[in-house]
Amino acid sequence: MTRCDQCHEREAVVHLTQIAQDQVVTLHLCERCAAEKGVESAANLAKTPVGSFLASMGKGLEATAALPGMTPPGACPTCGATMADFRESGRLGCAECYRAFEGPLRDLLRRLHGSSRHLGERYAAAGTEEAIPEPGAEQLRQQLQLAIDTENFELAAELRDRLRTFGGAGD
Amino acid sequence: MIDLSLLPDGGMAWLDGSGPSSHLVLSTRIRLARNLATYPFAPRSSVTQREAVLREVLAAARETVSLREALVFRLDRMESTDRQLLHERHLVSRELAGAGEGLAARPGAAVMVQARAGVMLNEEDHLRLQGLRSGFDLEATYQDVDRVDTELGQRLPFAFHPEFGYLTSCPTNVGTGLRASVLIHLPGLVLTKEITKVLQGLAQVGLTFRGLYGEGSEVVGNFFQLSNQTTLGKTEQELLDHLGKMVRQVIEYEEQAREVLVRDVPTIIEDKVWRAYGLLRYARSLTFEETMNLLSGVRLGVGLGLVDRTGLYALNKLLIHTQPAHLAVLEGVGPDDPDLNVRRARYVRALLDDEAARRGQSP
Ligand SMILES: [Zn+2]
Ligand SMILES: [Zn+2]
Repeated sequence: MTRCDQCHEREAVVHLTQIAQDQVVTLHLCERCAAEKGVESAANLAKTPVGSFLASMGKGLEATAALPGMTPPGACPTCGATMADFRESGRLGCAECYRAFEGPLRDLLRRLHGSSRHLGERYAAAGTEEAIPEPGAEQLRQQLQLAIDTENFELAAELRDRLRTFGGAGD
Repeated sequence: MIDLSLLPDGGMAWLDGSGPSSHLVLSTRIRLARNLATYPFAPRSSVTQREAVLREVLAAARETVSLREALVFRLDRMESTDRQLLHERHLVSRELAGAGEGLAARPGAAVMVQARAGVMLNEEDHLRLQGLRSGFDLEATYQDVDRVDTELGQRLPFAFHPEFGYLTSCPTNVGTGLRASVLIHLPGLVLTKEITKVLQGLAQVGLTFRGLYGEGSEVVGNFFQLSNQTTLGKTEQELLDHLGKMVRQVIEYEEQAREVLVRDVPTIIEDKVWRAYGLLRYARSLTFEETMNLLSGVRLGVGLGLVDRTGLYALNKLLIHTQPAHLAVLEGVGPDDPDLNVRRARYVRALLDDEAARRGQSP
């Protein structure tokens, strides 16, 4: 681990590039020293949406304590990872996690990337010719209902727009 | 000891200085993050599962054209100097190499390399497909890596979500899984102190920068890796076009900065360049960092036409071979050899002498 240049104690997580005497120098700072210096580095800014999102998330989930020996409620049925695991590591456990935590992840992806909708190349599953299609009207309608129920109006507006391309607006 | 000479040009084809804009841009790299739907993501995988991922991918790769003849390096079975060597050659990430004090490669960590394409295995994602070319060439590099993606995708069950696209261990890579980086030398912008403004501007248009060695590494020798920050909500082509446009702009700014320096402070620049050359040519002990900074000065001199006793290829070669693991292997000593700085200076001196003689210059 790289130690913080300021306190020489904690791990440096912010790497700040500055110019000093015609040389580029990189300052390695821990989170606390960076905050004290009022540093808002690119790394720091990029972290903020995930950080605050993760912090706000799982508050409701933690209230429902798991019984011993049981998969905790809200855990991914495939790998057993929980939202708390994700909050701690910033990593999902498996592909199924994206379905298990689809709602909250859609929000996070929109914050991170400005969109949750993949527009790039589509995967044609091994041994088949057909690419996996985008979500159909029925799925979009379900997502729209969920967005309205959770008062996520920005997402609802986008989903309504996308539904229009199917010829029927979400009522 | 691993034998990198098995790789065509030792896996260094990307450093030959032949690619577009290679006076400023060293290399273009594009990676696509992919995972198998049938196993937990690498950080949550057991040793057995990681071995299984490796086995399945190697079997699939043997049926492809783009990786049929790939060399496979199992990092989990290599010594630390060898792993460091692969990292210094930019063939594997620091994380996969487990480079650094007391770190080890994780089980199943491996890399496949064939020509300009390769795959890192059991990194943060099961597969990190990569393309690497000399100079500034996003189109061709993408074609290389896209071919690997298509061929492997026909044989392996990639994790793909109808809405979110390709699924990755970290949500910052979801969608296209594409990260394109351009390694660019910007001494003009650093000397004119415009660099901070330029980097801030890039952050505002969704681009990010790193040092020579990727994620979390610091900037040395005025080399910057510029890359896209987001991976979702745009097509691969849009992501590449956007980065390409911005890099062309940065190239323009760098050229302008150099013009300003030559016009306003020609003596200072000339002095700086020749001091750098003089130190490299005659110093008796050089640290790695000092070497990188001096090489930056000489590279600027070559770019400005001030120095003709050496060329880009020799400078690229020095850039690679003066790195700690490379130098240690070259000299047949351990990575913590006490005379490494003396050996480095001797190596640099010999190569620059050779170059000058070849170019018919007196010493
Ligand atoms: Zn600190
Ligand atoms: Zn899971």
